[in-house]
Amino acid sequence: MTIHQISIFIENKSGTLIKVLRQLKEAKIQIVASTIADTTDYGIYRIICSEPLRAVKMLQESGIQANISDVFALKLDNKPGCAADALEIIHNAGISISYLYSFLLDGRGILIFRTNQPDLTKETILLNNMDYMEEDALAKTINI
Amino acid sequence: MYLHKELETMSRDEINAYQLEKLKSTITHCMNSPFYKKRFNQEKLSADSIKSLDDLRRFPFTTKEDLRATYPFGMAAVPLEKCIRLHSSSGTTGNPTVILHTRNDIEAWADAMARCMYMVGMRPNDVFQNSSGYGMFTGGLGMQYGAERLGMLTVPAGAGNTKRQIKFMKDFGTTCLHAIPSYASRLYEVMKEEGIDPRRDLKLRVLAIGAEPHSDEQRHRIEDMLGVKAYNSFGMSEMCGPGVAFECPEQNGMHIWEDYYIVEIIDPVTLEPVPDGEIGEMVLTTLKREAMPMIRYRTRDLTRILPGECPCGRHHKRLARMQGRSDDMIILKGVNIFPIQIEQILMRYKELGSDYLITLNREDINDSMTIEVELNQLFTDDYGRLQSLTRDITRELKDEILVTPYVKLVSKGSLPRTEGKAKRVVDNRITH
Repeated sequence: MTIHQISIFIENKSGTLIKVLRQLKEAKIQIVASTIADTTDYGIYRIICSEPLRAVKMLQESGIQANISDVFALKLDNKPGCAADALEIIHNAGISISYLYSFLLDGRGILIFRTNQPDLTKETILLNNMDYMEEDALAKTINI
Repeated sequence: MYLHKELETMSRDEINAYQLEKLKSTITHCMNSPFYKKRFNQEKLSADSIKSLDDLRRFPFTTKEDLRATYPFGMAAVPLEKCIRLHSSSGTTGNPTVILHTRNDIEAWADAMARCMYMVGMRPNDVFQNSSGYGMFTGGLGMQYGAERLGMLTVPAGAGNTKRQIKFMKDFGTTCLHAIPSYASRLYEVMKEEGIDPRRDLKLRVLAIGAEPHSDEQRHRIEDMLGVKAYNSFGMSEMCGPGVAFECPEQNGMHIWEDYYIVEIIDPVTLEPVPDGEIGEMVLTTLKREAMPMIRYRTRDLTRILPGECPCGRHHKRLARMQGRSDDMIILKGVNIFPIQIEQILMRYKELGSDYLITLNREDINDSMTIEVELNQLFTDDYGRLQSLTRDITRELKDEILVTPYVKLVSKGSLPRTEGKAKRVVDNRITH
């Protein structure tokens, strides 16, 4: 029900982000989605990519502070209102979202998010027959 | 157990009486030093000013700056032809300093060193190897004379050439070693590379470690690696060198030899004495030195006296491990802060690495402190948890140092690395 996300500690100074991207390029890792917010001292750069386990190991070995975590990935129809409907269900279950971002893949909207209650979130997704993406399926899609 | 039983086991009353007598003769002897003669005459002080040990506090301090100002021979209390040795420390700022020794000074130094060595179980049938540099660094010759005085077979290997050090240990059956703590670890690394198991292939059993600040954990690590007992050694060239204070077999504080020195612990700001058990700057007065006696020398080393009696039977006071230097002290918004206070808090967080940098800034009349600290690893993908880590550290530091620092997490390896002593404080304030 979840997919791997890499989180990278990015100090707010010139050249930090490009250093990370160069490493990923050299390792031939394909990024499908990424996000970073504007903060003062540092931020967390989050990416969804091909071969996340190899990518995080490579980053760590080159001295970059990165970790891997599992995030929810809902598959939505590419139509107005679908994100609202999905989040309505999550909200009604009493779940809070820590962060969220989205991207398009094969004509479907993918909603990535993390919540304060992962078990309840799983249950809610299952009970409401929501469509979700898993790591294996994502890996196949990227490799095509 | 005791090399100098009578002196080592003096009661507190006996030590006080001994010190009072020696202090008077030292002050009298100081009048032969142009520096002290002028200073004591100005202050109208003499040996007659000493009625009890407390009267020592009427005398002014001696500082490193005094040593520099009188370079090279302005402090000598004997004619140069009476001196047989000088040691000089290279000053990074201004003049270097010179310490002179008469034959009796060298003898007394050797006696003190031999006493330390005997205390931790070194005996005449031991083989003693010294990995300190010889020459101006007092850890070389100081240890050498002490080991010879005790009658051990000495191996003056000197610094470096690690493979040769290990070969000597193996071939000569070295049982006792003097090394700085970081070098003891280095020796073990090379032993492993050479396929040498110190427990199986060597006879090492006693290690004297000093000249470099280290923690008790580091000592235990060295003991485990090499299969030895390691004892902390304290010395400084201004007093002679090693042999000023040394741990006894209890391994709980270093006995400072009070037949050689009067020790005071003072508040570095008020210059008033602090009670036993509290940290302050160590001030030493020599009781036996002929060539360059020193009255109330401010060592700048921060330590405390461990209260209570030592089970080893020696009543000479015990010093805790050195806690840093009073010349590192930061004054911010009128508060005195030692970097070690900050370090001790930062080191409690397993999320943080061991490197940090304190920067002091001034905007208009507002002073502020920024502490950059390296994140050990990214333990979360949650920005909020990093923020709350920063908040916790800030709160704990505020409780300790009474000002609120700006704590900034930085990535590992981003703070400047320096060879040897790390730079911990950058003061950008214009303070003149």
